[in-house]
Amino acid sequence: MSALPLFAHDRPAAVIAYRRGRPISAAQFLHDVRALVARLPAGTHVLNFCDDRYCFAVGLAASLVSGKVSILPSTHTPEVIRHLRAFAPDVFCLTDDPQCPIELPQLLLMESAVALNGNSPAPGRFQVPQIDGGQLAAYVFTSGSSGAPVPHAKTWGRLVRCVRAEMTRLAPIDPAGCAILGTVPAQHMYGFESTVLLPLQSGAALCAERPFFPADIPAALRALPRPRVLISTPVHLRALLTAEQALPALELIVSATAMLPANLAREVESRYGATLLEIYGSTETGQMASRRTALEDQWWLWPGVRLTVSNGHCSAHGGHVERPIALADVLEPTGDEHFVLHGRTADLVNIAGKRSSLAYLNHQLNAIPGVIDGAFFVRDDSQASLAGVTRLAALVVAPKLDAASIIQALRARIDAVFLPRPLLLVEQLPRNATGKLPQHTLLALTAQAAVQQPHLFA
Amino acid sequence: MSEHALPTQTTPHIDALALEREIAQLIVKGLNLPMQPEEIDPEAALYGEGLGLDSIDILEIALIVSKQYGIQLRADNQENARIFTSLRNFAQYVAEQRIK
Repeated sequence: MSALPLFAHDRPAAVIAYRRGRPISAAQFLHDVRALVARLPAGTHVLNFCDDRYCFAVGLAASLVSGKVSILPSTHTPEVIRHLRAFAPDVFCLTDDPQCPIELPQLLLMESAVALNGNSPAPGRFQVPQIDGGQLAAYVFTSGSSGAPVPHAKTWGRLVRCVRAEMTRLAPIDPAGCAILGTVPAQHMYGFESTVLLPLQSGAALCAERPFFPADIPAALRALPRPRVLISTPVHLRALLTAEQALPALELIVSATAMLPANLAREVESRYGATLLEIYGSTETGQMASRRTALEDQWWLWPGVRLTVSNGHCSAHGGHVERPIALADVLEPTGDEHFVLHGRTADLVNIAGKRSSLAYLNHQLNAIPGVIDGAFFVRDDSQASLAGVTRLAALVVAPKLDAASIIQALRARIDAVFLPRPLLLVEQLPRNATGKLPQHTLLALTAQAAVQQPHLFA
Repeated sequence: MSEHALPTQTTPHIDALALEREIAQLIVKGLNLPMQPEEIDPEAALYGEGLGLDSIDILEIALIVSKQYGIQLRADNQENARIFTSLRNFAQYVAEQRIK
């Protein structure tokens, strides 16, 4: 397979990143990458845990140049790390946190050790590394129902083709020369593609910071020159509006990870005067469609991607999706290049961009010593200030445990966003004749508990 | 956010414990926590161990204190490590920073 460049910036002085408003040149980036390559240990699998997005990009590039594979789980619980060690025994953790809690051999990439010269082109010949398109670049993971994370291999060629397709759908915005700020972590598939690979492949500049609170976002944007792009999620966009935050001028806002309600999209566009593009994708396929949610229902597939429906199940193939991949969501094709998204498959839960399945969560819950039976289910927190954010509840049979100790045990196994609110202890689960737990029975039992133990509910 | 800040000395003095209780109530209600406000250990960490809040919860809390007290939390605030150490420290920060 043909070689593809590590990045599209074609001059040593081209800005490839900003950190705290200071530009970092492509030459400096290459210098930092070479310095890290010299320090990398022998193992071929790199858990890139860097929180600073510039450090993450340096780590990714150094791994690619050295033929190493980036390991990108969406959560880092001790349980997930244990599975990763079994999956890739030589895995080591590249981190920018001196107090990094990951129980793996660690290589510290201090934020202060890279991009020291910021603006000035570093010495050395400026030659953009070429990476073979067939090289295995990363493993991303979904949660399997058996309890082990399921790896999905991503070649460099597939990742590059995906974000090059994304670039064509951002029109009329040309990302080259834009500063791209993200509220999502680089380790998440959407963040990996849109806040790291997109800037590298389009000649844009990534932003090292990850703003979190509503007031962080305007401050981070103000530190960047125009044109500006904000890569975010429905949760952060809702929080911006709720906090009545003003934003400096920006050209484009992108949202993904969860369905964006059309009224929220319209409110964001009118409040901030920017086009809002929503992206659809999955860990398995990568990003594959987009829509202007304020104006249209239908999704526009990325170049070359097609949908096939058989036996009620939809799969995607073509373009950057090399082999047909079954989709977990319910999609209805409305033409060769368009579809309507009817929702997520019932078993999947997606909270703040972290995806899991009820089957996986139930497996973890029932694996806790002392838990006799237990089940997670989705509750509707429509009264919360971040309305529409999915939260889970759980019913548990565990006569010898209390709720606090079960939560404590769960915390070591599953990401905190999936912890049940509330966790109700019951004498037995309302299983039907086939052993299933109908959702309406679970909700009824919860409603009953809400009357008996009102303090467990807001 | 409109800044109709009153001069500090005319802001009604609120007893620190009362403010702590008020914030505990707002957090338990806003976050649907499975506990009574008075069950929150004022000395226990808000994140991770202790109260066990996650990042969406912290974002919710940011919205609550923005609406209720006019405080804008910031990720690059050097004091964050201290602020989120406990409900008590958080309440003290709110008392210092509130503009309504």
